[in-house]
Amino acid sequence: MVNKTKDFWVFVETNEDGTAKNVGIELLSPGRELADAQGGKLVAVVIGSGVDAAVEAAGTHGADQVIVVDSEEYKQYTTDAYTIALTALVEKYGPLSMMLGATNNGRDLGPRVACRLETGLTADCTALAIDEATGKVAWTRPAFGGNLMATILCPEHYPQIGTVRPGVFKKGEETENKAEIIREEIHVEAEKIRTQILEILKDMDEEKVDLENADIIVSGGRGVGGPEGFAPVRELAKVLGATVGASRAAVDSGWISHAHQVGQTGKTVAPKLYIACGISGAIQHQAGMSGSDCIVAINKDPEAPIFDIADYGIVGNLFEVLPILTEEIQKARA
Amino acid sequence: MNMLVCVKQVPDTTEIKIDPVKNTLIREGVPSILNPFDGYALEAAARIKDKNPDSTITVISMGPEQAKAVLKEALAIAADKAYLVSSREFGGSDTLCTSYILSEAIKEIEKKDGKFDIIFCGKQAIDGDTAQVGPEIAEHLDYPQVTYGLEASVEDRLVKVKKETEDGAVIVGIQTPCVLTFTKPSFDPRYPTIKRKMAANRANIPVLAFTDLPDINPEKIGLKHSPTHVKKTFVPQKKTGGIKIQEETAEDSVKKLFAMLSDAHVL
Repeated sequence: MVNKTKDFWVFVETNEDGTAKNVGIELLSPGRELADAQGGKLVAVVIGSGVDAAVEAAGTHGADQVIVVDSEEYKQYTTDAYTIALTALVEKYGPLSMMLGATNNGRDLGPRVACRLETGLTADCTALAIDEATGKVAWTRPAFGGNLMATILCPEHYPQIGTVRPGVFKKGEETENKAEIIREEIHVEAEKIRTQILEILKDMDEEKVDLENADIIVSGGRGVGGPEGFAPVRELAKVLGATVGASRAAVDSGWISHAHQVGQTGKTVAPKLYIACGISGAIQHQAGMSGSDCIVAINKDPEAPIFDIADYGIVGNLFEVLPILTEEIQKARA
Repeated sequence: MNMLVCVKQVPDTTEIKIDPVKNTLIREGVPSILNPFDGYALEAAARIKDKNPDSTITVISMGPEQAKAVLKEALAIAADKAYLVSSREFGGSDTLCTSYILSEAIKEIEKKDGKFDIIFCGKQAIDGDTAQVGPEIAEHLDYPQVTYGLEASVEDRLVKVKKETEDGAVIVGIQTPCVLTFTKPSFDPRYPTIKRKMAANRANIPVLAFTDLPDINPEKIGLKHSPTHVKKTFVPQKKTGGIKIQEETAEDSVKKLFAMLSDAHVL
């Protein structure tokens, strides 16, 4: 299709309670620069049910315009309803470029929309720029398990679409809300929604594992030695109010469920503090956590690659180090 | 159930090393494997067949002649039939073109073998990591989809999929025909038996080339018609290591770390 504007769109995914997911707001920061470089408006697109909070958050984080589709059929995410709504909006307004968060839903929706619009999509980007030679968006992403980075252009199809990993960009400061709000009525007949959530299994292993939104993550790897080896990891996580993560080695050994896995075949995380305990730091693990603000590694092996990316590292036995660290933190917070 | 599993041959990314002098990927000697996520998809199909023994599992792969190796592996594990989609004209296709070619190949196979009820894919391939081909096949065929599947079962034509979400899992009901993509479940996929392995080695795998797909639009395939282009690739810059602490005792190391984290306002 042909673009009608030079606008840059950010799809702001919503939670069921109508608030915005962090990644959507994060993307407004690079979106501002890219929209200015393209010479167009920064537009946030919010689809959901009862989403005033998300619309407000987009406005206070720099969107020039917020396009809202607010209706009951979007309360829960469905591929069919969201694809219909987002495609209809793109066809009506013709943005030059569009970003979505690379969440489970974003990675479900992005390819579906790109294919329906017969345009290109670059998944899981970690850096964005405008290509000087062509003026197109230069989407940079890891490939081959993080061993290689590739910069992708979509030179002749519109909109140029990319998904961007959560935590890569930081939320901007709140500013005065000057956004123009446009409400669109798009309704999807029930029979066009071909999937249905039959049951919600929230606590798969009796603890909430929201790694993507965690401020602090304490992760265990091969070095914890067994399921009971996660006990000191959990203790430290508890005093820090942190979420427990794991490397692939620990998950594959059956010591902890896959929901905890950080890395290429698990979750991509970017907390303020990531504490890696007994994790050697294979490139596949690094691919999932190297965006963390501060990385602390605890490992017996001074040559472990995790020390190459750690800001602080203790060479030592985690079973000695963790209980002392837990106690120190407890003392400091008492 | 008539089931199709899409598989890809990929380099084992855990074996890829960086040439420290040239700063490039060393790909020689890196083994080619069945994409692990496709293995989980195949296992999900096999589990449906365990409960519905009159089912058929067909596997399809797009790639060069060597990709027959992963098709044989899939035959040895659980599949009944295999097709390779391979042609010079398909080279350089991005995800949009690849998914279009696969959807056309699927339609062509269905002319002979009947409609597929469920099309299984891995969530993503470990070389490209795009997670796009599954949903794009679904879009080309106008089928509904469930991504991030962990397990699937069939009850009276309704497919129930356990889907991983950010904070747990949900059970999603989906009508057939449909496309499902799979991530890593909590169980291990089955291994091939010796007997199946020997049969798979002898299997004749038909190839579908460009000329075997009469309905395909040549304007929608290959490098030239792919919307996305790789402008450049580079090896990521390694972050230089930070401060390594190794004191006499664990107590001293922790005290030092704690002081540094406090100074940096991390804790």
